[in-house]
Amino acid sequence: MMVTGVTKRISAIKFAMLSPEEIRKMSATKIITADTYDDDGFPIDMGLMDPHLGVIEPGLRCKTCGKKVDECPGHFGHIDLAMPVIHVGYVKEIKKLLQSTCRSCGRLLLTGDQAQEYVNQRDRMEELTGDMFESSYISAESAKDAASRTTCPHCSAIQLKITLDKPTTFREEGHKLTPKEVRERLERVPDDDLVVLGIAPSVCRPEWMVLTALPVPPVTVRPSITLDSGDRSEDDVTHKLVDVLRINQRLRENRDAGAPQLIVEDLWELLQYHVTTYFDNQTSGIPPARHRSGRPLKTLVQRLKGKEGRFRSNLSGKRVNFSARTVISPDPMLSINEVGVPDAAAKELTVPIRVTDRNLAVAKELCSRGPAPEGPTYKPGVNYVIRTDGRRIKITDKNAETVAEAVEAGYVVERHLMDGDIVLFNRQPSLHRMSIMAHEVRVMPHKTFRFNLCVCPPYNADFDGDEMNLHALQSEEARAEAKVLMRVQEHILSPRFGGPVIGAIHDHITGSFLLTHKDSSFSREETMKILEKVSAAKLPAPAVKSPTERWTGKQLFSLILPTDLHMTFKSSICQKCDVCKKEKCENDAFVVIRGGQLLSGTIDEKALGAFKGRILDKLSRDYGSDASRAFIDKATKIAIGAITIRGFTTGIDDEDIPNQAKREIDDAMTQAMIKVEEHISAYRNGELEQMPGRSLEETLEVEIMKVLGKARDTAGQIAGRHLGLENSAVIMAKCGARGSMLNLSQMAGAIGQQAVRGERLSRGYWNRTLPHFKQGDLGSQARGFIKNSYKSGLTPSEYFFHSMGGREGLVDTAVRTSRSGYMQRRLINALEDLKVMQDGTVRNTASTIIQFLYGEDNIDPARSVQGDAVDVDDVLLTVLGDTGELIAQIQEKGVVSYGIQDRDMLETPEDPESEDETEFDAGGGEEG
Amino acid sequence: MTEEFNVLEHELVPEHHLLPEKEVEKVLKQLDLGKDQLPKMRLSDPCIRALDAICGPVEEGMIVKIVRRSDTSGMSVCYRLVVRG
Repeated sequence: MMVTGVTKRISAIKFAMLSPEEIRKMSATKIITADTYDDDGFPIDMGLMDPHLGVIEPGLRCKTCGKKVDECPGHFGHIDLAMPVIHVGYVKEIKKLLQSTCRSCGRLLLTGDQAQEYVNQRDRMEELTGDMFESSYISAESAKDAASRTTCPHCSAIQLKITLDKPTTFREEGHKLTPKEVRERLERVPDDDLVVLGIAPSVCRPEWMVLTALPVPPVTVRPSITLDSGDRSEDDVTHKLVDVLRINQRLRENRDAGAPQLIVEDLWELLQYHVTTYFDNQTSGIPPARHRSGRPLKTLVQRLKGKEGRFRSNLSGKRVNFSARTVISPDPMLSINEVGVPDAAAKELTVPIRVTDRNLAVAKELCSRGPAPEGPTYKPGVNYVIRTDGRRIKITDKNAETVAEAVEAGYVVERHLMDGDIVLFNRQPSLHRMSIMAHEVRVMPHKTFRFNLCVCPPYNADFDGDEMNLHALQSEEARAEAKVLMRVQEHILSPRFGGPVIGAIHDHITGSFLLTHKDSSFSREETMKILEKVSAAKLPAPAVKSPTERWTGKQLFSLILPTDLHMTFKSSICQKCDVCKKEKCENDAFVVIRGGQLLSGTIDEKALGAFKGRILDKLSRDYGSDASRAFIDKATKIAIGAITIRGFTTGIDDEDIPNQAKREIDDAMTQAMIKVEEHISAYRNGELEQMPGRSLEETLEVEIMKVLGKARDTAGQIAGRHLGLENSAVIMAKCGARGSMLNLSQMAGAIGQQAVRGERLSRGYWNRTLPHFKQGDLGSQARGFIKNSYKSGLTPSEYFFHSMGGREGLVDTAVRTSRSGYMQRRLINALEDLKVMQDGTVRNTASTIIQFLYGEDNIDPARSVQGDAVDVDDVLLTVLGDTGELIAQIQEKGVVSYGIQDRDMLETPEDPESEDETEFDAGGGEEG
Repeated sequence: MTEEFNVLEHELVPEHHLLPEKEVEKVLKQLDLGKDQLPKMRLSDPCIRALDAICGPVEEGMIVKIVRRSDTSGMSVCYRLVVRG
């Protein structure tokens, strides 16, 4: 069973065509009758179900090879066609050949020298590129060249124009060419001329493109099924072959009986139709052949093509064993590396264990537990045992003991999943590599998969009914590889943007905010509750000793930081004041961590959040994935602890504002509407000043949008004055846990203008949006401005406008997902087998170069700092300590320059006045 | 715009250099590559036609060195094989 490395290597693939002789030679039997079974239900000899074609019924033996079902691969038969017909798959080639060869002598319409020139060109091309695509262009070119000639250079015959009447009829200046004539012409083309056209005559004579014999696929390819009623139902391909046989038979009889030419031709065309649809039932220009029920038949091409076709569904994609799927739910007590697996699933999924002298006792113990061990705690049992002779024995409660006795070194025991096993965990759509990661198993009661909430963002999972898949790894190599490369902790930093994708969300952010904001402090009991789940941290001295001992949240948070961590950054709650007050910030938004102690600032989304968390970023970069994982695990628990101590809720009353404020908002709205009216009357009176580059109407729209936009903001501001940090909804918005201040102002203040395609609503009825308004009304109310808030409620027309705006969003997402899905498929197909080689080059499977250096800089984006190779600020800070910060600040706006090679002609003259240029120099200095 | 325009002078077009015969082998050896493994560019490429006018006839099988500014690494060098077309 030990297979290492490549045992067989494909050196070449040759494409060729079947000649009629070959079709007859490989045929097990000739098929002549369209009937399949006789009255007794036995297959008729020389019918489509002839027993020479293979066996599908168990117990029978194949008449050709004598093997049983599953052993006999099936054998082809053949139908001799009464008259030749064109193969739809080759019409393009036939057309090309007819056009580029002489109608009388059959030679290629090029002189010997011209032909030789094309051959030479192709040889040279192949030598340089080794790319078949390129040489196919040359063949196409030579064919085109030949087709453009009007007289034959060999026999001087005048050439007539050949056209193709889709799908299979060829015409020469309007006169119809029968397949027979086409075949005769192709037969005349000499072998040597075919080489010029890129055809190897030894395996691919062009006249074989016109069929005289049709291969009949083995019955194993088109099995008939027996319905419950006992009736037989045939495969679509069989049905189609029956049609071909019937018409073939009639055509032969009529032709032999000397029927009128017209009748024979009609039948011939019918045969052509049936053979065409037998290959491809979606050929354009002819109606698809249908089943009796009206369903189009699924013939050969349909079996291969598209998403449900053989390639995409059976060859590129496969179904697997040792996998499980169930609903997911959250569990903050699990590490990010873990996944909770329901015990029922753990008993189905197994891991093969090879028995050796050393684990013999363990293996026996596992086996003796049987397939369903009982007891208060979960114990892994065994489902199957594979003996040294390869026999697989199913373990039952009854035979468990006896099988366990027999287990010896060399056996393989298929053990249930147990804690610590490595499994792959996945959620569709698998859009990036973090969609499938390796987790460690924790077997748990109940029926859902559970994992830490910090892992939701990479999977894009939530718990509103999402399901996920789990795959148990079957080999030691796979487990090792998964553990090293695919473990969750190795994917904290995303290659998409060089920052963390795994991090706190929602309540965790709120929790850490509540823990660390300003002077929040906790009594001894509370402190103990918060730290309960965080492993053995030594409790620092309380910040306040009297009257009671109190610890600050910042102290508690510092416990989970590495002791040598230095960081400085601004929180999400930062108001972006013009002059930053740094440590003295009244919002407590300036985070300073020195020696692993949080000195000032609030820990929120900017510190812990997925996609943004600066601490996560720094930890996983400088301290490694283990430390990073440990931090995330502890941060989860400490944040949950903090939020449970304080309690946190939000309700509709969080958007309550005083009546006074409501009146103010009303006033602001009325003001805005009046202003809009003023603009409109100015426009009507022709007093509106036109903006450059805009029509008068556009100017008006811009002005109105401006006024209404401002009105919404004013309403938001008025409402915002009454929404302070004591408000839960505001806390969530400010610390980045969920929602935004815009959402809140739309709930408490006013919703504002609704738009479709970035413009005010204008369509619906004749010159108006709804019949509630006058025609041509440009006022704010008539064009989709909503002055109410979600809380105060919308008027019917406002509600309608809101639905219009909302619909656009829905349509957009629907269109976007389908289009981006297709784009991604194309991209992946193009890029899937490129790889970065040892020398840093990116190559394809033919080992030709795609990039001379991966990404031009050889940087793994997952290890980059937001895309840059080196985080200069961070280096300065490390080397220079706090003074480094100053330097970093100065360079904050610095533009990263292009490197400059000597002076080249691409260089644009430098503009000495430009401010950027001075910084450009500063940046450029360290590059050289 | 009937005036003749040199594409190589456009700011969005990277530098193109025709690699001298002597250097070809050196470069290929340094990269440990055969000619057929290089990326290709066509003789009909506007840059090749411009090069052809500047440094004499460019033929199939010659190698062009392209130096471009790069967002990620500042500057990057790559080579292309001139092919027919």
